[in-house]
Amino acid sequence: MQKLLFLGDEAIAQGAIDGGISGFYAYPGTPSTEIMEYAQKSKEVAQKGIQCKWSTNEKTAMESAIGMSYTGKRAMVQMKHVGMNVAADAFLNSAITGVNGGLIVVAADDPSMHSSQNEQDSRFYGDFALVPILEPSNQQEAYEMAKNGFEISEKFNVPVVLRITTRLAHSRAGVSLGDKKEQLKIKLPKDPRQFVLLPAIARRNYKKLLEMQTSIQQASNDSSYNKYIDGNNKKIGVVACGISFNYLMENFDGECPYPVVKVSQYPIPENHIQKLRQECESILVLEDGYPFVEKQLRGFFDEGIKIMGRLDGSLPRDGELNPNIVAKALDINIVEGVDIPEVVKMRPPSLCQGCGHRDVYNALNIALEDYEPGRVFADIGCYTLGALPPFNAINSCVDMGASITMAVGAADAGLVPAVAVIGDSTFTHSGMTGLLEAVIKNSPILVLISDNFTTGMTGGQDSAAKDRIVDICKGLGVDPKHLRTLVPLRKHHEENLAIIKEELAYKGLSVVVAQRECIQTVIRSRKKMGKNK
Amino acid sequence: MKKDIILAGVGGQGILTIAAIIGSSAINKNLYLKQAEVHGMSQRGGDVQSNLRISDKPIYSDLITKGHADMIISVEPMESLRYLPFLKKDGYLITNTVPFKNIPNYPEDEEIYAAIDKLPNKIALDAEQIAKDLGNVRSSNVVVLGAATPFLGFAIEELEGGIKSLFGKKGDELVEMNIKALHAGYEFAKEKIK
Repeated sequence: MQKLLFLGDEAIAQGAIDGGISGFYAYPGTPSTEIMEYAQKSKEVAQKGIQCKWSTNEKTAMESAIGMSYTGKRAMVQMKHVGMNVAADAFLNSAITGVNGGLIVVAADDPSMHSSQNEQDSRFYGDFALVPILEPSNQQEAYEMAKNGFEISEKFNVPVVLRITTRLAHSRAGVSLGDKKEQLKIKLPKDPRQFVLLPAIARRNYKKLLEMQTSIQQASNDSSYNKYIDGNNKKIGVVACGISFNYLMENFDGECPYPVVKVSQYPIPENHIQKLRQECESILVLEDGYPFVEKQLRGFFDEGIKIMGRLDGSLPRDGELNPNIVAKALDINIVEGVDIPEVVKMRPPSLCQGCGHRDVYNALNIALEDYEPGRVFADIGCYTLGALPPFNAINSCVDMGASITMAVGAADAGLVPAVAVIGDSTFTHSGMTGLLEAVIKNSPILVLISDNFTTGMTGGQDSAAKDRIVDICKGLGVDPKHLRTLVPLRKHHEENLAIIKEELAYKGLSVVVAQRECIQTVIRSRKKMGKNK
Repeated sequence: MKKDIILAGVGGQGILTIAAIIGSSAINKNLYLKQAEVHGMSQRGGDVQSNLRISDKPIYSDLITKGHADMIISVEPMESLRYLPFLKKDGYLITNTVPFKNIPNYPEDEEIYAAIDKLPNKIALDAEQIAKDLGNVRSSNVVVLGAATPFLGFAIEELEGGIKSLFGKKGDELVEMNIKALHAGYEFAKEKIK
């Protein structure tokens, strides 16, 4: 059968479609974005009427998916690792409600922080919620797990975490597709109060979840995704989680001399690990992300068998793994190529030529020359690149929506005026509630919403804020006299500078909305128009 | 047959088009393939690379081991040098010579050309000029692919097939343009390695 060339993300989307999904829910976030994008481009998804519109943020996505699960239909929610923090309240409680239709939560981790502010490991969330975690080692497994994950979820009455990392999400390989399952029909929960987490019901549900743990553990022990592969050299036994299995095998051309436990379903398969411990003199744990498995194997006293991994320095404590790092841990000598010549300079990402954020920062920087520096709280998006030269314009980037509320807090402390810079999509994701707070306090801050009509950094997805920003601000109670708009173009520089200066001088809350379409989406729609001619 | 290829460039320069043409050609030949790409923040004018691995046997790692790449194909000269630790001792470096200068401390062109010149196996060509002469500067990345053709383990007709699979839907004109670009790069490289 002809294999199809899929990104890991695309394999997950097609797996979910073939597994009978009725709704994809997500907010864009690298490296998870392409799952939803694949669904949106799929003719099959359109024909089957599968929901695939972007959500406003990860929490709303998670809740909508729980709602679909409640009806008895299968749903998937996809997000980058830090999105799990936004969705955490809904996610953790969905383990207590349990599911009706199968529910898969895809958490795309970003070890090495290619496009993120941390490298948190979502396996801890799965463990925290007491639910099974699937971690594919390749694109084919990603497809299978997305397809079969719904049944695992339904069988154990819990959401299932499908944990991937950037490397798998954004790497292509051939995938063979299997049969297709039909979508389920609406069939509400037998117990009408299953999803009502009043303490009395929650206590009962929680006990059920705890009782289910034995079966969830047994499923890991029996899982075909977990394997014990024997080897002759018992000096080391290797535990290889997710894609680290590939880096191990790469070094031995598929013939590893050491016994290996391949882990792709959690909780950790006790049977295989016990056997490895009995057979081998020491254990090497390979895992992308935090030492999640390694810590569990060591325990508090760490007095048993010698364990090597990220905690004892056999592997680096941070960053993603690769074949060279694994080779080093196994004392395999690799002859590298020549060093990078000194003439090669760093080339960090930068704002596009012609981008409106550039004009925003050009004006803001001059307007702020009258004040002491260090008062600009920014947010997450392309405009975070304003931190780099030549702009050096911002002083913070913490989490989605933090710009406005950090400015409120700084102003409370007396740093006046404080400035918040936030994009349109980030504003509707998590900025609106913060702005309401600023309205109520009439905080002496300037909120600069750099509105480019799209979710730019992740590739130009629809923004929930499109054509709504000014109305939202009015609705939240921003004083119309201090709710200004401008067009960030060089030719309007003087005028824009004057507006920003005036609002900086105002001793209350002002909002300035800079409105100009993202240069990338402009180029894309021009190309499309050219083609249609 | 096994080829480990590093594709290099700056976000937006179109290295993924090169990867997709080689990828389609490999799939048409029923070879195994893995291709790791960079999406997200670095695509905004930062350095980007793609690890492309092709083999007639199953491939494990999505990433190429340092010292194991058969070639580096780059659409930008400074970027071609960034991945030298990955290149085999006898590996080939194929690069466009036209710099993309979006950083203030971009080195002198001559310094970069000197570093490329030190390597034992290299093909350096002004792919933009060649593409311009053919009438479409935007196919310069395919000119670079053409220059890599002698080392790829594919017949040029197989890569033409890859171009047809990839651009077929977008019209014959684009297919023809890219095939011309492929041949121009190929001829340049053949002349160099004579």
